[in-house]
Amino acid sequence: MDKITFTIDGQKITADKGMTILEAALENGIYIPHLCYHPDLEPVGVCRLCMVEIEQRGLFTSCNTPAEPEIAVRTETPEIEKVRRVTAELLIVNHPFDCLICEKNTNCELQKIAHFIGIDEEHINKMRKPERILPIDTSNPFFIYDPNRCVLCGICVRTCRNTVSISTLDFMDRGYNSIVSTFGNKPILESRCVSCGECVARCPVGSLKPKETPIPSREIKTTCPYCGVGCGLILGSRGDKIVSSRGDIENPINKGQLCVKGRFGHEFINHPERLTTPLTKKDGLFVETSWDEALELIADKFSHYNGDQFVALSSAKCTNEENYIMQKFTRAVMGTNTIDHCARLCHAPSVAGLAQSFGSGAMTNSINEIQYTKSIFAIGTNTTSAHPVIAYKIKNAVKEGSKLIVANPKEIDLCEFADIFLQHRPGTDVALLMGIMKVIVDENLYDRDFINKRCENFTDFKSSLDNFTLDFVERITGVHRDKIIQAAVTYATHKPGMLFYAMGITQHTHGTDNVLATSNIALLTGNIGKPSTGVNPLRGQNNVQGACDLGALPNVYPGYQKVDVPAIKQKFEKAWNCTLSEEPGLTHTEIFDSILEGKIKVLYQMGENPVISEANASHVIKAIEQLEFFVAQDIFLTETARYADVVLPASSFAEKDGTFTNTERRVQRVRKAIEPLGESKPDWQITCEIAKRMGKEGFDFTHPVQIMDEIASLTPSYGGISYERLEYHDLQWPCPNDTHMGTPILHSESFATASGKGKFMPLTYKPSFELPDDDYPLILTTDRSLYHFHTATMTRKGGLVKLRDRELVEINPQDAEELGLTNAQLVKVISRRGVVKSQIKITDVSQKGVISMTFHFAESPTNLLTNDAIDPVAKIPETKVCAVRIEKV
Amino acid sequence: MEERLKKIFSSYTGKQHELIPILQHTQNEYGYLPENIMLDIAGFIRVPESRVYSVATFYGQFRFTPKGKKHVMVCRGTACHVRGAPRILEETEKLIGIKEGETSPDLEYSLETVACIGACGLAPNMMVNDVTHGRLTNKKIHAIFVRKEKGESDEK
Ligand code: SF4
Ligand code: SF4
Ligand code: SF4
Ligand code: FES
Repeated sequence: MDKITFTIDGQKITADKGMTILEAALENGIYIPHLCYHPDLEPVGVCRLCMVEIEQRGLFTSCNTPAEPEIAVRTETPEIEKVRRVTAELLIVNHPFDCLICEKNTNCELQKIAHFIGIDEEHINKMRKPERILPIDTSNPFFIYDPNRCVLCGICVRTCRNTVSISTLDFMDRGYNSIVSTFGNKPILESRCVSCGECVARCPVGSLKPKETPIPSREIKTTCPYCGVGCGLILGSRGDKIVSSRGDIENPINKGQLCVKGRFGHEFINHPERLTTPLTKKDGLFVETSWDEALELIADKFSHYNGDQFVALSSAKCTNEENYIMQKFTRAVMGTNTIDHCARLCHAPSVAGLAQSFGSGAMTNSINEIQYTKSIFAIGTNTTSAHPVIAYKIKNAVKEGSKLIVANPKEIDLCEFADIFLQHRPGTDVALLMGIMKVIVDENLYDRDFINKRCENFTDFKSSLDNFTLDFVERITGVHRDKIIQAAVTYATHKPGMLFYAMGITQHTHGTDNVLATSNIALLTGNIGKPSTGVNPLRGQNNVQGACDLGALPNVYPGYQKVDVPAIKQKFEKAWNCTLSEEPGLTHTEIFDSILEGKIKVLYQMGENPVISEANASHVIKAIEQLEFFVAQDIFLTETARYADVVLPASSFAEKDGTFTNTERRVQRVRKAIEPLGESKPDWQITCEIAKRMGKEGFDFTHPVQIMDEIASLTPSYGGISYERLEYHDLQWPCPNDTHMGTPILHSESFATASGKGKFMPLTYKPSFELPDDDYPLILTTDRSLYHFHTATMTRKGGLVKLRDRELVEINPQDAEELGLTNAQLVKVISRRGVVKSQIKITDVSQKGVISMTFHFAESPTNLLTNDAIDPVAKIPETKVCAVRIEKV
Repeated sequence: MEERLKKIFSSYTGKQHELIPILQHTQNEYGYLPENIMLDIAGFIRVPESRVYSVATFYGQFRFTPKGKKHVMVCRGTACHVRGAPRILEETEKLIGIKEGETSPDLEYSLETVACIGACGLAPNMMVNDVTHGRLTNKKIHAIFVRKEKGESDEK
């Protein structure tokens, strides 16, 4: 970075070229009063408080005047003092004086300015106008807006418009009546606000402020427990309570930004419903027991069953270390590979598909590359709801000129920013993508050079495109051919291009084919192995990447090392000092069949809730009821845990140390902020205790740091990961050794396949398993709400409920009319597998013939309806498409 | 989208700088700027709805509620203000049951304040539709609106 020098009040200042005078001053510890400036936002120069004089040139607002070499800046002259005083006094006369009861007190920029320039009370009182008291908006569950304290700096307006691209707020009215408000002056709760709190975090005064504002007595850096973006959080605590949460500006991913869940969704941690003592079931009722008794019982029971009768369900919510311990326990102690977790229900096809085409099943590129890309293809991802902070970045890239193609059966929020929106029918992704690729090939827009050098199997693939004529694709997908052509040309001619997808691609009986279609298009356009390109599956849970990496899967040890390769088996047998099974275990979906067949008799479950999350949930319930012994380890008594024989209270992410691996393979620290609640214990400790009581060695860990060392010694891609290095470095796997700095971009030299080449995969179109017919004429697809997570065990414990408190079946106005339904009407949704009651929401977001539901609400369990037909390769159930009908209640 | 609005849009290209002409056109057609129409306008020119509202509220010419059959304008010019316009406004609000800037749900009345109606000699003043009422007192206001309640015309 080029440096320049100049002077402020005679002192020599060195600054980066391009900095403003205000930035240079602040960085050098010189205070210049300012109100409308915020380091995250483009300066606008409206408050005029930051006035300085550049000698021989005159007065300038320092926040938007670049520092130039050799200028002489003065911050104090009689003229500046006069301008500044008048401006400040005008703000102060209109502002309440009750600083002591304002939560912003001592942290308020206006107060700082008042102190700095010195206020003459008498003078101010003379100027004071009759008080204008505007109503305070308390509608939002997490923050209030007090317009009486607003100084009209516009920071919130710019934050909402430029940072999160929601544009809830703007200046309304004019002159003395000017006010920051929403469209139609509605309460914030009724506006389009998504409650991210970014404006609240930046308001310089006490106008926008959180409702709960206890000042924490200590703070600790950790990682958000919700989605796979992996935002850095700073949790504040007092005593044994978490009282605050804010974004970590030093975190390379979110740089201080958060979404509503990360910023406000921490009420679950100290919630009274948390499990705090072990429970055992006696005569159908839970009774509290001691750890000793519970663990003895479990150790004794587990010892009486062999590996074939045992299954472990691990958790994508738990840390890497805990998943490692869980799979070690399953394999080394119980002698089986039957361990799986909810990744089976979300990204198994990504792991299986991308392993075939690229040799490694993870996001190929990194989140921060989004800002430099020229085109974004978002298919089957409702990013603003499920990965909000990535959505902020996508929208900002679009504002910087990137093209955005959205393909989704629903007109999701992201469409507002899209250049092209392809509203295809659910389950027709292969046809859509192959159709686009055929256009790219026919128009000669493919990357010949890249294909020749780095790929294989192109000819076979190319001939498989023949079936995907525009006629055919238009008919299958329902997307007009012009749009298909437009999308093809846009993606192929705006490079580099990043493709993002999520469960809209994976949760199908042809999920693996869908994933292969995405890898084909990346290979075809040469969009892989380079910055700002790639195939980027967005992982749902905070640590679903890590749970897969650490071998909570039935066919692989940590680091995707196959259980049926003898050399690998031997390596682990030696390390763990035991004999291991070379037979891959059963998958999530197969497990419940096996229980019903009477083969599996014991379930050890850590932090999962399959009764709500699994397709065709009644099948799961039937299976669970048939178990001989069921241990559930969780932070709450979930719908599934209620069926358990023993329930073990686990500690939440705030009460333990560990690591999570985010969607872009970045390993990040989780740090203990408070002591475990009640008698709860971290999951790793509980599993180790059971193993030790069963007389097994290799579980004598006293801290997760030791577990990570063992992981690093056995997992090549985590070889260079240690807690010590994570203090100083951002590491993304593969990170094979202590000197390796991690791998932000995969496949840049060669692919991880056997031949080192990217493999094109010929594809055919396969319809979804269950299509609409006369009895079940509608397609049900599943979706997520921004305000809840998964089965909502954590998010239905506080203010988030106020933002969304029930299931709403989204239905197109035409369908609603044909069925004679009105908005908010209660209906029955019926599939071949079950019936669920819910209210409806009539909206254009849904296309005709397609309704959608979330699965956050246990009282309207959507997964009673969904289909458990599975993808033959990845074994994922088809939760995105099933046939239903709607009846009035 | 309503036909009326479609017709309005057909004379524009959907560019952001067309916002003010579109708002004016809409107000001419509808008599005010209904909220759902402003949302459609935001979609048409691809700007956030809050921006549309911000621009619309900045200019005094736009209204956000339909005019009632009796559109009441209370003058708050300097002369009227000094001679008790605030009290007149308060009394009127009480009598017709709506606040400044509002329209009664039955569309009978709408009430707003205006800068100066140019009849300072008669202050305090108000206008009901095209008719000016001067030298207002509480009694006079009662007379104006009581008559109206009986369904008689107050315009003579
Ligand atoms: S609410 Fe806060 S951030 Fe927004 S304009 Fe007012 S003072 Fe500035
Ligand atoms: S909370 Fe977020 S969405 Fe809501 S107004 Fe503030 S910045 Fe905008
Ligand atoms: S985007 Fe994901 S990781 Fe970031 S704050 Fe929100 S839920 Fe947490
Ligand atoms: S901080 Fe520079 S004008 Fe407001």
